[in-house]
Amino acid sequence: MIFSFDLLFEAVMFGLLLGCFYAAVSLGLSVAFGLLDVPHVAHPALLIVGSYGAYLLGGWGIDPLVSGFLLMPLFFLVGMLLYRFYYATFESRGTAAGVNGLAFFFGVAFIIEVLLIVAFGVDQRSAEASYIGDSLELFEIRIPYRLLVAAGVALLLTLVLTLFFSRTFVGRAIKAVGQDEGALQLMGANPVSIKQLAFGIATAVNALAGAMLIIVSPVDPTMDRIYIGRAFCVVVLAGVGSMSGTLVAGLILGVAESIVLTMFGASWATAVAFGLLLLMLGIRPHGLFGR
Amino acid sequence: MESILEIKDLGKNFGGFTALSGVNLAIRQGERLGLIGPNGSGKTTLINCISGALRNDHGQIQFKGESISHLPAHTRTKRGIARSFQLPRPFRSMTVAENLMVPLAYVGGVSGSKARKQALEILAEMGLADKADTSSASLSQVELRKMELARAMAAKPQLLISDEAMAGLSGSEVDDVLDILIKLNKSGITIIMIEHIMHAVMRFSERLVCLDAGQIICDGDPQTVVANPQVHRAYLGD
Amino acid sequence: MKYWIFSALAFIAAFGLALSGVNEYIFFAGFVVMQAIVLATAWNILGGYAGYVNFGVPGFVGVGAYTALSMHLLFHAPILVQIAAGAVMAGVLGLGVGMLTLRLRGVFFSIATIAVVFIVEAVVINSRFLGGATGIQLTRPTEVWLFGSYTRMLFVVMALMAVVAVSVARYIQNSHIGQGLRAVRDSEEAADCSGVPTLKLKLIACAVSGALIGVAGAPMPMYLSYVEPASTFNLHYAVIALAMPIIGGTAHWAGPLIGALILGTLQQIVTVTISSELNVLVVGLLLVIFVVAAPDGVIGLVKKWKASSK
Repeated sequence: MIFSFDLLFEAVMFGLLLGCFYAAVSLGLSVAFGLLDVPHVAHPALLIVGSYGAYLLGGWGIDPLVSGFLLMPLFFLVGMLLYRFYYATFESRGTAAGVNGLAFFFGVAFIIEVLLIVAFGVDQRSAEASYIGDSLELFEIRIPYRLLVAAGVALLLTLVLTLFFSRTFVGRAIKAVGQDEGALQLMGANPVSIKQLAFGIATAVNALAGAMLIIVSPVDPTMDRIYIGRAFCVVVLAGVGSMSGTLVAGLILGVAESIVLTMFGASWATAVAFGLLLLMLGIRPHGLFGR
Repeated sequence: MESILEIKDLGKNFGGFTALSGVNLAIRQGERLGLIGPNGSGKTTLINCISGALRNDHGQIQFKGESISHLPAHTRTKRGIARSFQLPRPFRSMTVAENLMVPLAYVGGVSGSKARKQALEILAEMGLADKADTSSASLSQVELRKMELARAMAAKPQLLISDEAMAGLSGSEVDDVLDILIKLNKSGITIIMIEHIMHAVMRFSERLVCLDAGQIICDGDPQTVVANPQVHRAYLGD
Repeated sequence: MKYWIFSALAFIAAFGLALSGVNEYIFFAGFVVMQAIVLATAWNILGGYAGYVNFGVPGFVGVGAYTALSMHLLFHAPILVQIAAGAVMAGVLGLGVGMLTLRLRGVFFSIATIAVVFIVEAVVINSRFLGGATGIQLTRPTEVWLFGSYTRMLFVVMALMAVVAVSVARYIQNSHIGQGLRAVRDSEEAADCSGVPTLKLKLIACAVSGALIGVAGAPMPMYLSYVEPASTFNLHYAVIALAMPIIGGTAHWAGPLIGALILGTLQQIVTVTISSELNVLVVGLLLVIFVVAAPDGVIGLVKKWKASSK
């Protein structure tokens, strides 16, 4: 165990930036799982697909962040189609959150992972950009630019989504459909279309988050597994259904992971998200800010 | 006559939202109680607290003189409280008879051919005898509602809570279900009925309780309650 | 009665096979098939009967394996004792996860089971006694009872465990407990109101299912003469433990058995004829295809076919 205040401070700074990123990664899941109640364990797999998408486009010299934005419409469509399929196959048959829905998403996640391995191999892939590699020196600690960029985009994304869900009609409709479908129908809106739209948004956000992921660190096809832990940890910690809580929860996870990484090493750091998740489920399942 | 169910100062919150507060209610043995109130007034929350699907935050619930507030739902059923659900919840992988055999086994301790015989008897009372071996997943709405009641009856309750058992049914179907409930009450079962279909409520109840925004605003004989201006305001708004 | 006769015959056949002069490879493959039957049957007790999906099968397999390893390292315990110890530890783990999450919705249980894998793996990696990330090599004991080799003996032991697992599943399915679990799976709220002690039954299913998965994992160290985290906590176990019951049919104890045999055979064919990466993809695709198109599995398809041809 290594301990010193300098290291601790650096770990906390690092953790806060990482935490912003974790929050962005979890936003899509917060919508899909938190608001729409879809057991979307394939969410992190789609995140990794976003990363690989950015990697591919990087082969044509496109900056990963730009790639993320470019991929958003495609992911939006994919999300809508996926929800459509899920709804037609499972929810309308009345076996929604049961064994079959969960098994379906698990199967999809697994297939995605295998296809990625077949297409790209198991080695790690990275992205290239002008801001990757250099660091900012602040108060004698070095903060990698790539983290700053990711954190910045993440914060922006969180802000945009929070505003979307609280200020726009569509956003509020999405929030409403999670709570009271009947009322929504009375207002003339079709709950299924709204949910489809929301799922599309959640998946589109994943494209951008995936691009950020490959900016922050190299990716490999099996990373979806650890991100299941991180994303669900953030969503549960925030409180299922709370968008603004997601940022705070992300920060908590980021800092916790970073401190454990510094003090106990990488092999324990990956278990932090899962441990925190279990802890929350045990003592406060509705999260810090949830209903 | 003794109270079979006594609710004292009941309160239930969901986060910041108060669903029920200060609810006091004493129900006589053998009574036919109608529970009315606009949507969101707390009717379903109240019966969820009685049946054990939810735990109340304040107050006490006593059944047959004993406190049940801390007991899980299945224990309350064993003690004699049964309920049907607003949206029927059949055991879809089982036939109608098998649905009944679950409470017969778990509450009554009866299984095998003895249980099947009892199940068929109850189904006959409900007019569902010919559907006994059909899969419960293929029943019509009114058949599902009757099965809900039949299943609640299979738990041999002393208090039966019927939650909107008649919603969406046609006129004659409503009368069918109503007749069944009245028959059950005549055999000694206390019944609380939540219903929006006013003529059914009026025909059935000997006492009416009206909830609004989590509190009881009126409690008495049906004619008086429906004439009450507060009740009118609750339903129609100001 | 028919069942017991059939199982006894099946076991005797396995026993006899092990005494015969057949090629050693049969027993390596046979062990894997028997293990698959145990895994599928165990998973289904919670997943099929109660409707709670365990994604953390590798974690339970690992607990079984590493407990067995500990028993071997500390006490040189015989294989049956190792298996029993593995079963107990895995059962306790199942119970623990259940107590933590079964009051919440089913999807939280599933997520918690994923967490279990990572946490158990982290514990193992950080334990020098258990071999850490690099693993431990073992020497097998020399006594092999009546059989020509240790592998043959392990095959017979695993065949016995398969019979045990299927018998337990069959017993639960046909009992009071099975009836209650079915009610829980179909509608937990209605089950509660019908007097079914839902939490207690779910915990029983968790413990039994976990214990049997531990049984499947316990002989692994001895089978491979080697144990290390990467292969023990392999995602592969999670996928096949789900795929086999879903393919075979989750409502009946025969479903996982059928699924294990189908998938086991298919995997052998694909690995040998095409490639081992594609083998893994095939499992995933079959899982999704069956979940979408034939959620009642092969048993369900057979029932439908029988009903329509009347």
